[in-house]
Amino acid sequence: MPRIGVFVCQCGNNIESTVETKEVAEEMEKLPGVVYTCSYKFMCSSPGQDMFKKAIEENNLDGVVVSACSPHMHEKTFRKASEKAGINPYKCEIANIREQCSWVHPDKTKAVGTAKSVDLTRMVIERLKKNRPLKTINIPVNKRALVIGGGIAGIQAALDIAEGGREVILVEREPSIGGNMAKLSETFPTMDCSQCILTPKMVEAELHDNIKIYTYSEVEKVDGYIGNFSVRIRRKAKYVDEEKCTGCGACWEKCPFKSDSEFEMGLNKRKVIYTPFPQAVPNVPVIDAPNCPKIQKDKCGLCAKVCGPQCIDFEQEDKILTEEVGAIVVATGYQLMPNERFGEYGYGRIKDVISGMQFERLASASGPTGGKIQRPSDGKEPGSVVFIQCVGSRDEAKGVSYCSKVCCMYTAKHTMLYRHKVHDGQAYVFYMDIRSGGKRYEEFVRRAIEHDDAMYLRGRVSRVYERDGKIIVQGADTLSASQVEIEADMVVLATAIVSRTSAATVAKTLGIAYDKHGFYNEYHPKMKPVETVTAGIFLAGTCMGPMDIPESVMMGSASASKILALFSSDEMAREPITAHVNAMTCNACWDCVTACPYTAIDKEEVKDRKGNTVRWQAQVNPGLCQGCGVCVAACRSKAVDLAGYTDEQVYAAINAF
Amino acid sequence: MAEEKETIPTTDWEPRIMAFVCNWCTYAGADLAGTSRMEYKPNVRIVKLPCTGRIDPLFIIKAFENGADAVLVSGCHPGDCHYTTGNYHARRRWIGFRGLMEFVGIDTRRLHFSWVSASEAIKWVDLINKVTDEVKELGPFMEYRNLKRGAEEAKP
Repeated sequence: MPRIGVFVCQCGNNIESTVETKEVAEEMEKLPGVVYTCSYKFMCSSPGQDMFKKAIEENNLDGVVVSACSPHMHEKTFRKASEKAGINPYKCEIANIREQCSWVHPDKTKAVGTAKSVDLTRMVIERLKKNRPLKTINIPVNKRALVIGGGIAGIQAALDIAEGGREVILVEREPSIGGNMAKLSETFPTMDCSQCILTPKMVEAELHDNIKIYTYSEVEKVDGYIGNFSVRIRRKAKYVDEEKCTGCGACWEKCPFKSDSEFEMGLNKRKVIYTPFPQAVPNVPVIDAPNCPKIQKDKCGLCAKVCGPQCIDFEQEDKILTEEVGAIVVATGYQLMPNERFGEYGYGRIKDVISGMQFERLASASGPTGGKIQRPSDGKEPGSVVFIQCVGSRDEAKGVSYCSKVCCMYTAKHTMLYRHKVHDGQAYVFYMDIRSGGKRYEEFVRRAIEHDDAMYLRGRVSRVYERDGKIIVQGADTLSASQVEIEADMVVLATAIVSRTSAATVAKTLGIAYDKHGFYNEYHPKMKPVETVTAGIFLAGTCMGPMDIPESVMMGSASASKILALFSSDEMAREPITAHVNAMTCNACWDCVTACPYTAIDKEEVKDRKGNTVRWQAQVNPGLCQGCGVCVAACRSKAVDLAGYTDEQVYAAINAF
Repeated sequence: MAEEKETIPTTDWEPRIMAFVCNWCTYAGADLAGTSRMEYKPNVRIVKLPCTGRIDPLFIIKAFENGADAVLVSGCHPGDCHYTTGNYHARRRWIGFRGLMEFVGIDTRRLHFSWVSASEAIKWVDLINKVTDEVKELGPFMEYRNLKRGAEEAKP
């Protein structure tokens, strides 16, 4: 016979005012197996906890039910106390008679609340009788981290983890780390130049003893679970030996072939052997194979001839390598919605309609115009520029439903940069609302309007077309309730931030969740903003949604601190709420394997002594299993059960209904 | 059937509803109703599970067997599952199971399925009130109890 104790909490008056706790305790005493009951004012207080522990010891209890607030509040508290008093923490259960009873049934006669509390407590007691003691699972932790994406968020995460004394592998798809931030000219609201604040961090990452950078590389496969991931990385052929290359630049100077520069957003050309920008880290060029005549047709090969250290290798092939890590930061960043989708704004048709990111390049001192604002069509300085905000953002019909968050700020910045470089130029901004929440952000927008005379027009643009060498922007000014027509020399579109085209593929590789826009889902939007549903995988930066640089940096650091905490011990404890397979009844139909969202169930081959296959059976990996129990309900032969929520326990509760 | 119903004191009869809810969304939503001091009908008894995907259709039958007049299943909204896809499994299973119940002649108004998120305390309150009222109108689930009694009597 079990020896169960029932502790009914009065929670001051929170429970007692609508539930007769003494009566609940007395009712429970009648149940078989219940040997001790009490009602107490505050079970969670220190005297309450002392009493709880004393009662367990004195009455030799082997299971306890606490009828009190929600288990989400104090389950941990009482399980810890139970453990201290010598009973397995999973032999302690909570009956929720506050949030789900006393507070929602404010009946002064206490009849309703008492009756319901009796039912709820009885159900939990019956369930508890079927509880088995469970042991927390200890998993060894491999104290190396992988950061996917070398933008500012990824760099920050890598640096913080490395500073914490742990090894980091930073994987970047492009030939250089730096990400989108490297393309920006100045940053709001301080106007410090993006490269000036980013490149020191890039170099720091490159030189750090604990950081290994793989550029021009992609993560192809991730196996394993928290503390024990195995990652397959493809290092695309650069056709240049990184070890030998000194970054002298002779090869790209002599290369006779050109292609559109991705980094310059198509505003300029780059050589076929190239580094994306002068401050590239690592400062090692790559050969753009599809455009290289030597690789395609075996003609040219000039770069190899001029290369002093002889590091060009046209025969180089992709390398596959496997790294073992304990945690992963996903910082894959964003891209912009293709402007081609907005034909009414003339993008692609009119040469001087450009995107915000192209404007960044025009304004950048290292950009194609050396920082001079010149229109792409004829290189003239534009006398007036129209900026159109919310191109695709907050527009479910043509674009995306969400706000891209940074466009209000960077458009204000653009108007200022433009005015600072073209003193008599006039900037016009068509906007829906100005969203300038953030430290010193609102003041920044006011400065653009009041100090740099940007003309802000609240309304949408209906049409952009060319007339006599001018770009005509037709739109509405809703504040003066009039139609406006502006003759502009250049139009800049603040296009929506969208998730990477590859976002879904990467999410599937990692086993993390993403929303309908392709942005990665955090575990909890408030309390766990950098964790994902897959333990050991963390998020940083714009891969989870539009955000600005400070937020990306914060997320990078936050992920790093979570990982350093994880790495602080050799083993990590996991809740033992995991599925188990009864090998005797498993008939290897693999329904559980299909149902499992975590690929936590393996197909195991059982062999006899001679090595012949006897049968197959499902095997749960406790490191990967998150304890949802989908497999349990899917199993036809009832061979799978979920510890902590076994069929026995659930039926016991239902039978006590 | 009619005779059976007469034996039940209908005036102060209260339906008994069993709810199978997931730990992350609906259980937390029901908690929020409490912390927000909302008020709703006291007829529901919750069984907490990690995920609606854990719900075996047999749980529902077992609840009816134990005298439930209605059963409610509720979890995270589609796309919001804590375990990524558990609620989709639940939904699919539910659709099949509901059809089966209908086929064997169980009034499907006694079976409820809902999505209640951790922030939707109001939805939870409305849901419980609505289900309670509806089941009150339907009366006690005598059909099932009679079936059970018949089965027990038929035992040798």
